[in-house]
Amino acid sequence: MRGREAFVMALEALRVNRLRSALTMLGVIIGVLAVVILVSVGTGAKDAVEKQISGLGTNIILVVPGQLTVGAAPTQSRLSLADAAYVRRVVGDPAKVTVSLQSGETVRVGRTEAFVTIVGTDQNLTNIFDRPLAKGRHLSETDVDTRRRVAVLGAEVAAKMFGDIDPIGRQVSIAGARFRVVGVYATVGQTFGLSRDQEVHVPVTTAQRMIGVDRINGLAVGASGPDEIQPLQEKVVAALAARYPGEKFSAVTQTQLLGTIGSVLGMLTGVLAAIAGISLLVGGVGVSNIMLVSVRERTREIGLRKALGARQRDVLAQFLIEAVLLTTIGGVIGIVLGVGGAVAIRSLTEVPASITWWSIALAFGVSAAVGVFFGVAPARRAARLDPVIALRAE
Amino acid sequence: MTRSEETAWPADLSISSIPAIEAVDLTRRYQLEGVAVDALRGVSLRIDQGEFAAIVGPSGSGKSTLMHLLGCLDRPTSGVLRVNGVEMSGLSESRLAELRNRTIGFVFQSFHLLARTSALDNVALPLVYRGAGRAERRSRATAALEAVGLGHRMGHRPSQMSGGEQQRVAIARALVGEPKVLLADEPTGNLDTRNGAEVMAILDRLNSESGVAVVLVTHDQEIAAHARRQIHVRDGLIELDTATAQATGQATGQATEGAAEGGRPL
Repeated sequence: MRGREAFVMALEALRVNRLRSALTMLGVIIGVLAVVILVSVGTGAKDAVEKQISGLGTNIILVVPGQLTVGAAPTQSRLSLADAAYVRRVVGDPAKVTVSLQSGETVRVGRTEAFVTIVGTDQNLTNIFDRPLAKGRHLSETDVDTRRRVAVLGAEVAAKMFGDIDPIGRQVSIAGARFRVVGVYATVGQTFGLSRDQEVHVPVTTAQRMIGVDRINGLAVGASGPDEIQPLQEKVVAALAARYPGEKFSAVTQTQLLGTIGSVLGMLTGVLAAIAGISLLVGGVGVSNIMLVSVRERTREIGLRKALGARQRDVLAQFLIEAVLLTTIGGVIGIVLGVGGAVAIRSLTEVPASITWWSIALAFGVSAAVGVFFGVAPARRAARLDPVIALRAE
Repeated sequence: MTRSEETAWPADLSISSIPAIEAVDLTRRYQLEGVAVDALRGVSLRIDQGEFAAIVGPSGSGKSTLMHLLGCLDRPTSGVLRVNGVEMSGLSESRLAELRNRTIGFVFQSFHLLARTSALDNVALPLVYRGAGRAERRSRATAALEAVGLGHRMGHRPSQMSGGEQQRVAIARALVGEPKVLLADEPTGNLDTRNGAEVMAILDRLNSESGVAVVLVTHDQEIAAHARRQIHVRDGLIELDTATAQATGQATGQATEGAAEGGRPL
């Protein structure tokens, strides 16, 4: 028998039992649909987070006291501006080191109030992070040195406090103290669910006095190129460890952050895909079940085909192709619905669903494999039927 | 018959000296729930090219078992069976299927047509397993249907045809591959007298026109009377073979095989 004939025969058999074929396919359709949608949601989440991290800037090393692990309680910082100066000497390029001291404070303009993150930093921030201005200017060295009460507002803060009014040169009250707005940042979006547009940047020295501390939360060091990151990271950590024997300091790079979060989200995507895969497996069992029923029903037909000269492999091919057609047609329908579903999710909700070609190829490949795997047993049963017994079957 | 002829394919050999079927001391034993049942206990017979024979016997006589063996649907427990000169015991499953496809045509009591499939496609089915192309299948199936007088029913499905017509489709299907032997198992069993007579007339005509050997398997003496030779089977043995009975009756001293040839319609 030619391959084309086997194909036509199998297609014909599926057409004859339309409803049954459709219901059997439904199991596979749902499984493939689930795989495509869940993988696209997982991949979309990963892409979004990675974009947020790389949106910070490039070649950044974040230095914080203590051990940096997911879920660990924040360590009380004992880093100070003197340590920042020390790190500047170690790094060699003072402009490539900036500091950060954060605190949640209430900001008020007239009667409008907002609770925002006050970030005490310095003029070097923009050398390391991508923080474009919409208006005005960045913090200057003089601002830091003279503890000026000036502030650069995040885009959302500016919009909320001042609306259409130009905030530059106007006053805001931060934790009761009056600050003059010198700049407004452009919209930059979120990182890890925190909106960086809800920050207000003030000189770190001013922030220390306002909060009443002389520490800082951490340092950020900018490397001059990707190859510089690792040596610089080690150098800074070693220098701080030498200055404070017995204490831990952590330095993480964007790449490491990306790697960690990427692997967590990758794992999540894998788990989602596996759960969806189980439903595909159940669909496969359905195919197997229906094929067994079909073989039993068509026992006489199989006997006849054998009497007319069908070899075992002709019968095997016919039923195997039938099973694989069931799952691959179901797979294609599932992929189409899954892609449609992912597009709908992306446009109707905030969930970033991203369709990946590998998940589509995988879903199709798996559904074909499911057809072969679950079709083999029924097809072999059909192929091995004794024609004499099969012809006599009711 | 020589050794070399045994392995050759039938298409090249229409030499009448090769019997269509030759069985020597066939036995078939079944194991039914651990109990051995001897359905055939040593059957020897020879069906020549173009012969018209009937295997007659009551149910349980072993005639169905014999037909399954002659049709290569089953293998004997012991004994030698040659179909068109090919010894079947050494053949693999797929070679056996090929032998069935090329040399045997089956007609069953219950027609065994594929429902929801047109008469033309039903008839063409054996050619599918031969690997014939679509155009060839169409033209040969059309010719076969015309030969049984159903040229006007090619697109009809079995459910749209009478029993007699369905059996004629089945006969066309059995003949489309130009077999050496047509095995008809109670071909009139599901038909009324008129349709039965028509089917028998077609078998008779095809036998004399195309020279295909027809082996009728039946319990009905009246149907069996259509054949020029009757082989009576009882309890797994041949009780009476009119061909050999004639030979002994004539007592001319001819060899049994020569006498069997005398039974041929040529």
